Amino acid sequence: MIEIANVTKRFGKKIALNSINLSIKDGETLAIIGGSGSGKSTLLRLMIGLIQPTEGEIWIDGDEISKMNEDQLQKIRLKMGMVFQYSALFDSMTVGDNVAFGLVEHTKLPKDRIRKIVREKLNQVGLKDVENLMPNELSGGMKKRVSLARALAFDPKIILYDEPSSGLDPITTAMIDELILATQKNLKVTSVIVTHDMASACRTANRIAMVYQGDLIAVDTVDNFRKNPDSRIQAFFKASGQI
Amino acid sequence: MKLFEIIGEFILHKLESLGKIIILYIGTLKQLKHRPRFGHIVSQMSHLGVDSLLIVSLTLLFTGVVFTLQTAHELIRFGAQSTVGGIVSIAIGRELGPVLVGVVCAGRVGAAITAEVSTMKVTEQIDALKVMAVSPLDYLIVPRMIACMIAVPILTVFGDLIGVFGGYIVAVYYSGISSHVFMNSISMFVETYDLTGGLIKAVFFGNVIAVLGCYYGLNSPNGAEGVGIATTKTVVASIIAIFILNAALTFVIY
Repeated sequence: MIEIANVTKRFGKKIALNSINLSIKDGETLAIIGGSGSGKSTLLRLMIGLIQPTEGEIWIDGDEISKMNEDQLQKIRLKMGMVFQYSALFDSMTVGDNVAFGLVEHTKLPKDRIRKIVREKLNQVGLKDVENLMPNELSGGMKKRVSLARALAFDPKIILYDEPSSGLDPITTAMIDELILATQKNLKVTSVIVTHDMASACRTANRIAMVYQGDLIAVDTVDNFRKNPDSRIQAFFKASGQI
Repeated sequence: MKLFEIIGEFILHKLESLGKIIILYIGTLKQLKHRPRFGHIVSQMSHLGVDSLLIVSLTLLFTGVVFTLQTAHELIRFGAQSTVGGIVSIAIGRELGPVLVGVVCAGRVGAAITAEVSTMKVTEQIDALKVMAVSPLDYLIVPRMIACMIAVPILTVFGDLIGVFGGYIVAVYYSGISSHVFMNSISMFVETYDLTGGLIKAVFFGNVIAVLGCYYGLNSPNGAEGVGIATTKTVVASIIAIFILNAALTFVIY
């Protein structure tokens, strides 16, 4: 369960997020949509403690993380995985080492067991025989999938996706959406997807939240969200070709 | 009034940076409680240390050559040719060796560390480390700091030997001092602490180069331009820090 209570985030004088209240239930998939610079990625980074809120509280499974130090945050992050906008694969390591990274760092599993898990996770995201490739040998879609495999390697309870379809062609985007749905169905994880792709949000999420200029203007189920008369929401649907 | 505001803002900004560096340094020292990543340390030593050997050798070789050219002539004029070997060795062992190796490493190693770390920052790899519950201080800074604290003194030993060798070549084959007199002068005047003092300085210089390299990398502005700016800042700050530290350590050690 993720609980965000009265969270405000300022960068200098600029207000990135203004008094946000949001609750995400266990096993739910929430898509956060909004235009560029609306504050949606900031919200995601707050949820995993990469930045701290200026005001307010963030609770992850009953732990208030906004005032935790890095050591305390590390314990919380072990329950979470994140897929980054540009994949953020370690470019000095092979794909296999990237996926194995969390297991090598936090477990004492033997090497052959780790290799087996890496193969399983890569298979789960539809990749085979790529363990020995370097990240720069992969396409954008493959990098995203490796990033997801890396996030899944530690069997997280919560997965955060930062613009998973950004920079991908429609077919690869649909493939990534399928993977998000399959991950949700098979592992029953809580997922938060930050995206500006309304079609992708509608395909993958149970609920959609919209951030507009730092304010959370609506949170609702996909069907109710479509019917919301707010002109800012309707404009977003219209611009995405969803109406 | 505007001038005072600018000066005040500049000083506050520098003090803020110094405070952040100290916090980063303390944070890094706290990470030393974890098991050292020997593989990373060795790979960094090879990457940062061994690759600097050629430039260190060239720098100290020519420094030894020029230093001897300048001093031998004057000392011979005063009939003190028997002191040339000692003077060259002491100067290189105490000051020129560690300081020049430090400066070369600030340019070569510090810049490389900053470029790597800032690129990792720009491509969100540092965030990826944090998300996977791995401290960037433990994973990135500690191995580089330990590697530099070992590699810079080793490079200094090489540099010292090559510098003295350069001095020997000039003294014997150009200034006409006999090989025996040069070597005898070294054994008469040079004490162990002339070398060890320089090596202690080199340990501190290695430490400073790695920490500043990582600090400017972690705090680089975004974008390709940011990587360049951070790299330049590292080199400038490291060289200034080396000169200040050198003065302080010379007072303490000698």
